[in-house]
Amino acid sequence: MLFPAKARLAAAAAALSRASGRGGGTTLPGRLLLGMQPDAIERLAAALPQGAVAISATNGKTTTAKMAASILSPPLRLCRNAAGANLSSGVASALLAGRDAELGLFEVDEAALATVAPALRPRAVVLGNLFRDQLDRYGELELIGARWRDTAARLGAGSALVCNADDPLVASIGRDHQPRMWFGLDDPALALSAMQHASDSKWCVRCGGRYAYDAVYLGHLGAWHCPACGDARPPLDVAAREVRAEGLDAVSFRLDAGDRSMPVRLPLPGLYNVYNALAAAALCLQLGCDLERVRDGLEAFSAAFGRFERVRMAGGEAVLLLIKNPAGGNEVIRTLAAGSGPTTMLLALNDRIADGRDISWIWDVDFEQLVPQIGRAVCTGTRAAEMGMRLKYAGLDPSAIVVDPDPSAALAAIAGEPRSYLLATYTAMLDLRRRLADQGLVRPFWEEAA
Amino acid sequence: MTGIRVGHLYPEHLNIYADRGNMAVLERRCGWRGIGFEVLAVGLGDRLPEADLYYLGGGQDRDQLLIGADIARHAASLESAVDGGAGVLAVCGGYQLLGHYYRGHQGDEIRGTGLVDLVTEAGSTRMIGNIVLETQLDGAARRLVGFENHAGRTRLGAGVAPLGRVLHGYGNNGEDGGEGVHQGGVIGTYVHGPLLPKNPWLADWLISRALARHGQDAPLEPLDDALEVEAQRVAARIAAA
Repeated sequence: MLFPAKARLAAAAAALSRASGRGGGTTLPGRLLLGMQPDAIERLAAALPQGAVAISATNGKTTTAKMAASILSPPLRLCRNAAGANLSSGVASALLAGRDAELGLFEVDEAALATVAPALRPRAVVLGNLFRDQLDRYGELELIGARWRDTAARLGAGSALVCNADDPLVASIGRDHQPRMWFGLDDPALALSAMQHASDSKWCVRCGGRYAYDAVYLGHLGAWHCPACGDARPPLDVAAREVRAEGLDAVSFRLDAGDRSMPVRLPLPGLYNVYNALAAAALCLQLGCDLERVRDGLEAFSAAFGRFERVRMAGGEAVLLLIKNPAGGNEVIRTLAAGSGPTTMLLALNDRIADGRDISWIWDVDFEQLVPQIGRAVCTGTRAAEMGMRLKYAGLDPSAIVVDPDPSAALAAIAGEPRSYLLATYTAMLDLRRRLADQGLVRPFWEEAA
Repeated sequence: MTGIRVGHLYPEHLNIYADRGNMAVLERRCGWRGIGFEVLAVGLGDRLPEADLYYLGGGQDRDQLLIGADIARHAASLESAVDGGAGVLAVCGGYQLLGHYYRGHQGDEIRGTGLVDLVTEAGSTRMIGNIVLETQLDGAARRLVGFENHAGRTRLGAGVAPLGRVLHGYGNNGEDGGEGVHQGGVIGTYVHGPLLPKNPWLADWLISRALARHGQDAPLEPLDDALEVEAQRVAARIAAA
């Protein structure tokens, strides 16, 4: 034990926080510990026999981390932070709670990576993607990109970068780093006909020219090149090819790594989840796993908190979907748009700090494409009326829109539906899950990462 | 019934705060009333088309630089369009481009169109949060609600009127209590969220003005704005909290 008294004090705070019912103690002990011992992350991480890895991205951090855990554990004993507790305090809390672990596996907030990653001295860092997200909190996309670039430069050769080659901004960061692994998608049949309007990073990082795409897969992710300066997507080390959706249940693809390949059936839908699976696969291959183990872990995966998570409700089933920014929201909608006709949807929009105080992003989400799948929309959360209004302007008949800011009342309004979809922002999802947990329908969120 | 035509300037670059929501609101509110609506995208290097209303959104720093260099070409034609009765709605970064210049932290300057006598200089902190203002734009006292997020401090020239008075939030510079600018048919503001969905009266004011150019002065058919009014009420309450 490195600093037993301080650690015991902080750990006691976790128990207290859980006992008071105010949450899982997922950040408080770490915050206390860092206050007493600012280099706590360095010291605790250095004590992990197999070291640590970090996963950062605007979208998909939690799912990617959970997929990697499904591949690595067992046999490895992992130390992981709880969903969303991805700042220094959450990582420190996890390290404190997991001192018998062999490997640390942490999702790290994209703005916190600059402080957390160097402290962890990670064996590998996944740079998943950079999308516009919560502008009021983080500032502009390029600012985050610049911070990642600095962070990567400080990491040195002891840390491998596992980078999404399909994201030009991420690729520009990984370009000069060694060791490094590129992952990406390679399936022209999936390409969108045009860039979505919410696309970010349209302009060449190197020369300012406009990127051209042989294939756009998701937002600005795809097989890109710059006609002006010749920069292009790097050759893929780990790729998904022959991707086939199986309705809303699963997606299958061929996972290629070097000269080996393996068919994989991922038990959750959406192209964005193929990207998450690729990130997790590339990370685990970088850590020395073989392809069979990667496949087994991905196929045994069960959805993370609010990511196509299925919940049995009275008289039916609800599917929980987290939406928190335009790119993520659009992918959820693209997946749901393949559904089989109008169903009841509950849409929960909060504007608390963790959601982003600025809710303008919902106008960049293509709810227009969701409208044909909505029979009735129950809108809730601190900004319930704004959500209802957004659907009205997306073309939904106002008579199909119910607005009730109280999440309990909103859940009651969908009771008895055989199948419903719940789309919610981060704290709105917590609000809904808390109520579902009270009814014994889901586990409290702080047990999720365990 | 005739329609209205909107020239949307640089939609690919100036779109950071869901500016397309503003277009969606104009289009729907015209459509629900059987008024034709056409939007023309104006990109880098394009000619400025004839329109009843020009719209400018906000962009990231690099986009603002790029646009600042291009939009100077349109300064004279925008000015004569406005003299001819066309309207301009400019939000956030677009609002700054209405003025003479935007001066960044290192003294670097982005030239604007000079359509309105105003200047903007970067401050050391960003002014971020929900905002409510009161405006007399259409004769009666009206409320505008939304969200602001800007480092720029905008100051209006002598005799130039702000769009409204800040009730909650920062406004042009966080000091003089003014927000935005209103000069004839030109409106500039830091209020996004986007601006028009929660402030449907302003959307209708812009539509009426555009129709009047085609000799149609009849009042607009009223719409059921219950959701809009509720969304505005909630936004104002949160801003005041």
